Amino acid sequence: MKKQLSMVLAALMAASLVACGGASGEKKATEAESKANAESSGAEKSGLTWKIGGQGPLTGGAAVYGNAVVNGAEIAIDEINANGGINGYQIEYKKADDEHDQEKAINAYNSLKDWGMQFLVGPTTSAPAIAVGTEAEGDNMFLLSPSGSAVEVTAPKNVFRVCFSDPAQGTKSAEYIGSHNLGKKIGIIYDSSDVYSSGIHDSFVAEAPKQGLEVVADEQFTADSNKDFSTQLQKMKDSGAELVFLPFYYSEAALVLTQANTMGFKPTFFGCDGMDGILNVENFDVSLAEGLMLLTPFAADAKDDLTVNFVKNYKEKYKETPIQFAADAYDAVYAIKAAVEKAGLTPDQSVSDLGTAMEKAMTEISLDGLTGTGMKWNEAGDVDKEPKAVIIKDGAYVSAE
Amino acid sequence: MSFISYLLNGISLGSVYAIIALGYTMVYGIAKMLNFAHGDILMVGGYAAFLAFNQMGLGIPLSILFSMAICTALGVLVERVAYKPLRSANSLAVLITAIGVSYLLQNLALLLFGANPKSFQSFVKLPALKLAGGQLVISGETMVTILVGILVAVVLLLFIHKTRAGQAMLAVSEDKGAATLMGVNVNGTIALTFAIGSALASVAGILLCSAYPTLTPTTGAMPGIKAFVAAVLGGIGSIPGAFIGGILLGVLENLSKAYISSKLSDAIVFSVLIIVLLIKPSGILGKKIMEKV
Repeated sequence: MKKQLSMVLAALMAASLVACGGASGEKKATEAESKANAESSGAEKSGLTWKIGGQGPLTGGAAVYGNAVVNGAEIAIDEINANGGINGYQIEYKKADDEHDQEKAINAYNSLKDWGMQFLVGPTTSAPAIAVGTEAEGDNMFLLSPSGSAVEVTAPKNVFRVCFSDPAQGTKSAEYIGSHNLGKKIGIIYDSSDVYSSGIHDSFVAEAPKQGLEVVADEQFTADSNKDFSTQLQKMKDSGAELVFLPFYYSEAALVLTQANTMGFKPTFFGCDGMDGILNVENFDVSLAEGLMLLTPFAADAKDDLTVNFVKNYKEKYKETPIQFAADAYDAVYAIKAAVEKAGLTPDQSVSDLGTAMEKAMTEISLDGLTGTGMKWNEAGDVDKEPKAVIIKDGAYVSAE
Repeated sequence: MSFISYLLNGISLGSVYAIIALGYTMVYGIAKMLNFAHGDILMVGGYAAFLAFNQMGLGIPLSILFSMAICTALGVLVERVAYKPLRSANSLAVLITAIGVSYLLQNLALLLFGANPKSFQSFVKLPALKLAGGQLVISGETMVTILVGILVAVVLLLFIHKTRAGQAMLAVSEDKGAATLMGVNVNGTIALTFAIGSALASVAGILLCSAYPTLTPTTGAMPGIKAFVAAVLGGIGSIPGAFIGGILLGVLENLSKAYISSKLSDAIVFSVLIIVLLIKPSGILGKKIMEKV
């Protein structure tokens, strides 16, 4: 009986080996074919194509972000191709799934590299971006992460990003509150168990005194006790805070707003981009969010032409409203276009030469995009742009300017 | 004034812990197993009430009954499918199964309802009580949660000491073998325990979501663990113990948040647990159980 079983298993294994061999053989054949095709079409049009890769979690818990990024990038690339490409060359786009996992991110990067990628719009999330950034530094591949917000993401010289770093959001928030006189006495509640939240908190507290703001109450919560905020809110109330800064995600913020309302505590509430989404919490009483301000680079309800067009195309193609990540990726593609045109690059240059030229060109461009106007990059790879403040009025985002 | 408000919030949070802890402690006392899926049954109760009220358009009383019915059925089903076959297995196997059931429920909910939080409309329609010229505001949820907590504990005690089914539970808890010999239907009694425990989880779920109105598939996880701590603190297996443990935990958590540090509150709460258990290993009201040799 056992012997029979082992025979069967052995046979299965042999069969699978054959199958694998066959599959890879076929793949090689198709690759060779496609190469030949590319070459022949290249010969016709004297040119090659740009190969831009996209990378992010397309499956798993963070899939919302990865899919938004590749969708946003695809829209930008379709537009650019329809308008004649970059420097006359069309763009090919290929996406790879990293499942928000560092090892899989390296694999995804390598498979894109084998495909012939010249620039990467990605990775989407911070941890994979840090891992891939270090790996890609050796290749001098140019990386533009749409949304990797941890400070370390842009440490390698070849990595730039479109979004603010976490601390930059804190500094910008303090500047905005100070320059718009939204309140002098500030209360803060933040998630001390979360890098994003505490990163914003620390830089906010550092910047606040320079803006003439006084932090009168500074309270924490952790991921393990993120239900009851009544104590923290009571302390805010007792301290006389005029504005309460909430640098964390909307799911907890919905609780904070509800509990503050029950207590009859009505300061100005102010959040960052993690607050974006609060109006989409199913069944949430949006009247509680009335007057809530948030600093976000992108609001799908904004009325400028660029945003209106983007949102319309996105909805047509993907049947949903784009989130900030999609807008970041859209801007990333246009930033690559601007930098390539600035440096006058062509696709026949080597990845490393392109990388060196891009690192220089990125610091010389200025881009008006979905997530900011007059965006400029510094040598470290971080962006300088003015965040947009939106305020919630009658259950919708309205520009606060 | 702030102190009273901190205290009341603590008691309110503690009452939710207490109701969950009652379910833990009953199941432990009678079936001698830790039902780690208890917190997730609470989450299912929350979703059931949410669906009944928002999608099916049932009124509040019917939604509560619907949620309790779903949880009771789920509790009995889980017991029958996952725990009953392991009745004679060692306790570690049952514990691991319970953790498995917990993750199964969480992931099923993730699949069915998605990760996006849902905002739960409060089932408590009492207006907030304003005292001392608006200085002290006691929400309707706080008052109802505290009252329901006390009510549940009293009814449960009466049930166990005054009814035949309750007596059977006590008998099974004392000695399963002897209870069988005396003609007690052990399997039926354990199933009844799960049914009551799960119905309580549903009540706790509705109260928790009314007071803290975000509902996600992991809503039950942390309160479940805190309630387990409360049950151990009070003396696991003891009903008054679970109640006192729950209230104590809630008050301790809120006062340490208010007067020591909101960052350290969990660390403080769990340190107290360790200290209590060092001094009195069986918990505040726990009976000292002699190990049978």
